[in-house]
Amino acid sequence: MIEVLAPGPYATVQDLGRRGYAHLGVPGSGAADAGSLRLANRLVGNPEEAAGIELTYGGARLVFRSGAWVAVTGAPCPLTSRGAASGMRVPFWVPAGGEVRFGAPPRGLRTYLAVRGGIAVEPVLGSRSTDSLSGLGPEPLRAGTVLPVGAVGAAEPISVDLAPARSPGPAVLRVLPGPRDDWFAPGALADLCARPYEVSQDSNRVGVRLRGRELARAREGELPSEGMVTGAVQVPPSGQPIVFLADHPPTGGYPVIGVVATADLSIAAQLCPGDEVRFTTRPAR
Amino acid sequence: MIRTAGEHALLVETGALEVSHRLDAVLRARGLEGVVEIVPGPETVLVVAPGADQPRLRARLGELLAEAREPAPGTPSRPAPKDVVTIPVVYDGADLDSVAALAGLSVAEVIARHTGRELVVGWLGFAPGFAYLTGLDPALHLPRLDTPRTSVPAGSVAVAGPYSAVYPSASPGGWRLLGRTSVRVWDTGADPPSPFRPGTRVRFEPA
Repeated sequence: MIEVLAPGPYATVQDLGRRGYAHLGVPGSGAADAGSLRLANRLVGNPEEAAGIELTYGGARLVFRSGAWVAVTGAPCPLTSRGAASGMRVPFWVPAGGEVRFGAPPRGLRTYLAVRGGIAVEPVLGSRSTDSLSGLGPEPLRAGTVLPVGAVGAAEPISVDLAPARSPGPAVLRVLPGPRDDWFAPGALADLCARPYEVSQDSNRVGVRLRGRELARAREGELPSEGMVTGAVQVPPSGQPIVFLADHPPTGGYPVIGVVATADLSIAAQLCPGDEVRFTTRPAR
Repeated sequence: MIRTAGEHALLVETGALEVSHRLDAVLRARGLEGVVEIVPGPETVLVVAPGADQPRLRARLGELLAEAREPAPGTPSRPAPKDVVTIPVVYDGADLDSVAALAGLSVAEVIARHTGRELVVGWLGFAPGFAYLTGLDPALHLPRLDTPRTSVPAGSVAVAGPYSAVYPSASPGGWRLLGRTSVRVWDTGADPPSPFRPGTRVRFEPA
């Protein structure tokens, strides 16, 4: 069991989300930066899809009622276990009664904690993820929340000492044009890629809202509601793009000018309000 | 036309809701490899298939779309009538009188027109289990409320534009409330969690 002493600004349980229910109006949900959750799980010998904790701006304090192996990935934040500094991307043992404290990440937004055995809250529609849009899944963490930890029997041996950190480059998101790029004025894609956009305060697990050059439409009117994918760059009438993250609505009526490459979704999920981000239509190297 | 929606999804333009429903049904029946989500919309079906061979999937979807556009004679476009979901409604909604006034009908006529036609689930969206029911009597086509309610109770039966719906859970909402049903249309403990899916036939009846 893990007891939450403080959740920080916003913290939830996340796995890799709900699959197969989008046609019933259910968002996919799951870790916004799925790559970081997968890595944290691998470090403690879990299956990649095990549920962990997603912190926003760090700031959490957790006390472990029984000892457990844990690993922390994603936005790097100052980390202490029983008062001693601990490292990111390295598995470490927290003894029974031990407290893990997270500071605020100097860069990046979302930090992940995986625990060997996984967080074992009751799944809803096949997932333990909190869906911030629809309210499915467990409540966001608060002081006093107690989280059960699963049996470690199924876990693989811990075999990695440290996963190397990739140096954070400038935030560039590769986009594949479409499906509705023809709803925009000629040159709108070039406009999207011409200058950086600024990440707005209204960003959350549903999407990263951006401020910058307006993208002009070639067609007026509404698009009949259609299925949306994670990474979709949707453009509402304001002309200011939104990049959809894990909790995006499964259908929408604003045209999507392009879709962010899956490999770059982790970058999108780590953008903080005020950050600058660029788009490019150049394919992956 | 089949459009690209990122690396892992294709958006098939069907042009019509009935074609979307037929393509959805055939895709679910065939169980194409790698497909994890099939999301029908009024004029499209989104097919999400991470790791699938995209050119092959695109070609296959093209063939299935042609089939869905011109179904073989005798192919039912929708499930048989025995699959009609009946929703008993207590017609005491907060907007029943104003709907009658706006439609120029008596309350009894509003109820008769709401129960008088079989509706079809077009697609689901807005919230888990929220089905847009198509085929509503045109006399009941009214705009949404100017000011949405901050909370509409689960089970509320409502109309807006050309659609009717049953609120699956309590939520804010701008639809006009005709009544309520005790039928649970969203239950995450049930399998499936909703009696509705795209193409489901629905009939309202006075409780």
